[in-house]
Amino acid sequence: MKVVVLKGGRSLERQVSLRSGALVEDALAGGGHEVVAIDVGNDLVRRLKEERPEVAFIAMHGAGGEDGTIQELLEILAIPYTGPGASACRSSMDKPVAKQELRRAGIPTPDWVAFSQAAFAELGAADALEEIEERLGFPLVVKPARGGSSLGVRFAAGRDDVPQAIVSALSYDDRVLLEQHVDGRELAVGVLDAEPLPIVEVRPRDEDRYSYEARYEIGRTDYVCPAELDESDELAVRDAAIRTWEALGCEGFARVDVMLGDRGPQVLEVNAVPGLTDTSLFPMAAEAAGIGFEQLCERIVALAGSRTVAR
Amino acid sequence: MAEPAEPPRQPNPERQPRRHRRAHTTARDLERYAGLFAARTRVMRSSAMRDLMEITARPEVISLAGGLPDTATFPPDSFAAQMTRIAQESSAEALQYGPTEGFARTKECIREVMRAEGMDPDLDDIIVTTGGQQAIDLVAKTLVDPGDVVICEAPTYPGAVPVFCSYEAETIQVPIDGDGLIIEELEATLDRLAAEGRKPKFIYSVPTFQNPAGQTLSAARRRRLVEILRERELLLVEDNPYGLLRYEGEPRESLYKLDGGDYVLYLGTFSKILSPGIRVGWLCAPPPVMAKVVLGKQASDLCTSTLSQYFVDEYFGEGRWREYIDSLRGVYRSRRDAMLEALEAYFPAEATWSQPEGGLFLWATLPGYIDTTDLLARALRENVAFVPGAAAFVDGRGGSSMRLNFSASGEEELREGVKRIGRVVAEQVALYGTITREHRLAAGGSRPSDTRNAGGDVVPLPRREDGE
Repeated sequence: MKVVVLKGGRSLERQVSLRSGALVEDALAGGGHEVVAIDVGNDLVRRLKEERPEVAFIAMHGAGGEDGTIQELLEILAIPYTGPGASACRSSMDKPVAKQELRRAGIPTPDWVAFSQAAFAELGAADALEEIEERLGFPLVVKPARGGSSLGVRFAAGRDDVPQAIVSALSYDDRVLLEQHVDGRELAVGVLDAEPLPIVEVRPRDEDRYSYEARYEIGRTDYVCPAELDESDELAVRDAAIRTWEALGCEGFARVDVMLGDRGPQVLEVNAVPGLTDTSLFPMAAEAAGIGFEQLCERIVALAGSRTVAR
Repeated sequence: MAEPAEPPRQPNPERQPRRHRRAHTTARDLERYAGLFAARTRVMRSSAMRDLMEITARPEVISLAGGLPDTATFPPDSFAAQMTRIAQESSAEALQYGPTEGFARTKECIREVMRAEGMDPDLDDIIVTTGGQQAIDLVAKTLVDPGDVVICEAPTYPGAVPVFCSYEAETIQVPIDGDGLIIEELEATLDRLAAEGRKPKFIYSVPTFQNPAGQTLSAARRRRLVEILRERELLLVEDNPYGLLRYEGEPRESLYKLDGGDYVLYLGTFSKILSPGIRVGWLCAPPPVMAKVVLGKQASDLCTSTLSQYFVDEYFGEGRWREYIDSLRGVYRSRRDAMLEALEAYFPAEATWSQPEGGLFLWATLPGYIDTTDLLARALRENVAFVPGAAAFVDGRGGSSMRLNFSASGEEELREGVKRIGRVVAEQVALYGTITREHRLAAGGSRPSDTRNAGGDVVPLPRREDGE
């Protein structure tokens, strides 16, 4: 089968995407596919028209590749693609939108408030911060509304940390999310074709939080897969992940990030194009399920092929 | 590595050898590799910043991040003529290995450069290295055991820190101001170490047009620093890539000259006055140190590129190297002035910056609530880049500063780049103001904690928290 692997692009997660893409290319080539890698730029559509692939494997993270933009283009060109559809990507990428969907579906997610940068300048949103802080309590987590790899994510232990954290988060997006912090175990559930893979637990080794550095560097974070959970917790986490997958209308594969605290699992976010690098969680979970990386890429491509493109 | 699976279908298997495929590393592989890594790799870290910096290479980005000289100023004709002469007259020799210490002729050229700055080393005290970077590495390799202390400036050359880390040195940074390294702070640090029964293996300093801050050590401090070295019998490594790139003011005597080469080791390079691509630098050290350095270099790479050394000889043989540096000075002076003017015009009043008399960089400091690593992400959305200040510190300081390069872009580009950065800084200053004014009043009127950047011609540098 002729497959184009779309990687790189212009998002801040370009390097991660290049790493994911390179591994996917090799896996698919190893599986006997004709593979063409495209570092996505302003000639993308022309290249796709020239190459006429049977499937596009999207190995792009962050803006452009994970937010529905590329997906919509591929639909217009009638090229089947991997992973969730455009609208599922759009809502997963946008954390406040995703959380709204989760809440509507009755899936627990930490309480939050989201603002645009303009709201501070034009509506005096800062006047509401006291009420917000009261409602969410400390510590709280401040994140860009869209973005991945923990870029721009700050913990605010007290009110003095909040303004600076907001400025940092708004460096990455024009909206900011203030979210209640959940103390607990950090879990990731890979979902492949609506089936949960073994749960991964993330245990940062030398930092108290899950930073960009810790995420992509070998030996900085311990991963336990399958996570050691008692049966009821495991069921609850898997159930939350599958309901999240359904609520957002995911297809193909995706990763659901969950915090397991005193009040059971709380869903933080969904990654419509989870990382596929050597230190990424999704391939780790697949491996624990006995699905090697080549086989995983094969499955992902097959799922794309079987999907109806016209929506 | 896992066994490669069945060979993929290839249109023409004979035509080209099959590329070795990277296998996806499994969790077990990762553990195995991680178990093999040397302890020193634990401090060799990649960073979000480094990945962001890769994006700065996009052609639409105005990058004020690099440390590049403008090699477009070097005349292609003379490059061609020199290489042709090498090919015609010394082909076999230029393609051969050379002595580990470097060719005597190359060392003559080095001495010519050093004489231009008032130094006159013995040729035996010089070793030709693969760029100045290798000279730093060789010094550290020769002197540093794990846990040894190396002192450097705060901020320091970002490329030196990984070298010290890879030999597991404990790097301690001493703050600088507008007159360079603050001697009282250095002495306090040395006293504190002495009280713990420790002594640094060496002090690493870029005293002239410092990278990254652009500051130059004053004449008085130079004299005092050399005295301290003698009093305390300490080695200092003087890294001087930019000394000849002075755009105003009187040249300062090098520490190497003031000291006579007993306690000061000297690093030089052709990177900024000829070409960084040829990778030719040098180290001057007293004979006992040199003997070990030569052995270290032998182990690293046997010799510096012979071809590059021939190129240096040819270039100096033409006798026009001073003119070329003069022309560089003219170009860079105008660019520095353009950047300073643009900073005045476009940076908000809350920002301060250094006024370098030479070199390639200046250092700007913003209010403490702005994190320049995050700001870089914002700036990249406006297609402009700089080096976040944290890169120049080992201890998390410098988060609100940035290094700006003025040598690698044209004046128009510099103005536009500074304008864009100024715009995003102003945006964040305004945003913070909006949030805090209301927020603080509600909270009881406490002010934002950071007011240290107010005024003065001293470069405001974040200070270490007490002790270490």
